[in-house]
Amino acid sequence: MGFLSKKSQQVLTDPLISNNPIAIQILGICSALAVTVKMDTAVVMTLAVMFVLSLSNTVIAAIRKLIPNRVRIIVQLTIIASLVIIADQLLRAYMYDISKQLSVFVGLIITNCIVMGRAEAFAMQNPPGKAFLDGLGNAMGYGLILITVSFFREVFGSGSVFGFQVIPQAWYNAGYSNAGLFVLSPGAFIILGLFIWAQRSLTKFEEA
Amino acid sequence: MLEHYLSLVTKAIFIENILLAYFLGMCSFLAISKKVETSIGLGIAVVFVLTITAPANWLIHHFFLEEGALSWAGLPDVDLSYLNFIAFIAVIAAMVQLVEMILDRFSPALHQSLGIFLPLIAVNCAILGGSLFLVERQYTFGESTVFGFGSGMGWFLAITSMAAIRHKLRYSDVPVGLRGLGITMLLTGLLSMAFMAFSGIDL
Repeated sequence: MGFLSKKSQQVLTDPLISNNPIAIQILGICSALAVTVKMDTAVVMTLAVMFVLSLSNTVIAAIRKLIPNRVRIIVQLTIIASLVIIADQLLRAYMYDISKQLSVFVGLIITNCIVMGRAEAFAMQNPPGKAFLDGLGNAMGYGLILITVSFFREVFGSGSVFGFQVIPQAWYNAGYSNAGLFVLSPGAFIILGLFIWAQRSLTKFEEA
Repeated sequence: MLEHYLSLVTKAIFIENILLAYFLGMCSFLAISKKVETSIGLGIAVVFVLTITAPANWLIHHFFLEEGALSWAGLPDVDLSYLNFIAFIAVIAAMVQLVEMILDRFSPALHQSLGIFLPLIAVNCAILGGSLFLVERQYTFGESTVFGFGSGMGWFLAITSMAAIRHKLRYSDVPVGLRGLGITMLLTGLLSMAFMAFSGIDL
């Protein structure tokens, strides 16, 4: 990425591993678990969050000097909710089946702590260009975890990846069966817990 | 009729626990569940706000936003349901403010103990999620109220039990990388597995 300055690059890539929104900042876990039963819903959710987060960060950063401090939460919520409505309508128009599977979780991007958290922590103090990169980076960090968790859940829970069978039929004939636990909610908690363990051991991050 | 409501409440509290089965309200759950007293405070506030906002949002949805809902105003073809999100979040934010003011006026003691949690609740996914579920499942007014209360109780139960477990865990030797968030996620997984034992119970 030669066209970005070193600082902008850092804003974009930091949230991927070393300052990951889910594993390190503990933001946005609600939806991270609910949409990860299948990989395709996880990918669509990532795209929706990317859209909302990068644009909301840009808009909020652009008007950050005009927002009165006392009512900033309401202003932020209105901007975020409008963007989420756009994302939801687009999904309904072009990907109806997946939007049905995501059900209420597209709407819940509004209260996803990542969006509010980044608006408060970054967009209110930085210019729009940088805020856009920060939004994109955080959405990618979020997507990274979503897609990894959904990969494990789909492979072990349904024996497929993106709906294609990957566990050979011969295994099933030999007595292998899908672990139903991974499809259910406990599987999501446990996989994410293990993932966070691995990530924190690698980055040597310690909670205060 | 009463049986129907009873079964809805048990379903919302135990079988389809809003936190352990639908993952809603995780952020504040993870952040607040370190101490039992504060968890109880936040839990009560959530029950309170959910029981009020669920029927309030039902009214808004039913009389203003649903397709054909504006027929009482002579506009039978108008469908404003795409405004659901923004209307619901505004109602929730306003309700939280209102509850805070009423508590401050009539029960300063309760306001003292819940005060710091109330603003947090406006952005708790469980509250908005409850309202979105009642639209998706097409509940009636009575069902929405009961469902709101039940979901709140479920959340209360989950956060208090987790706080109690974490309290016990304080003197355990947890591996470094697993401390904090990691072990809490694993515990929540086990708790959620325990709650799955309730599935199949039908009143």
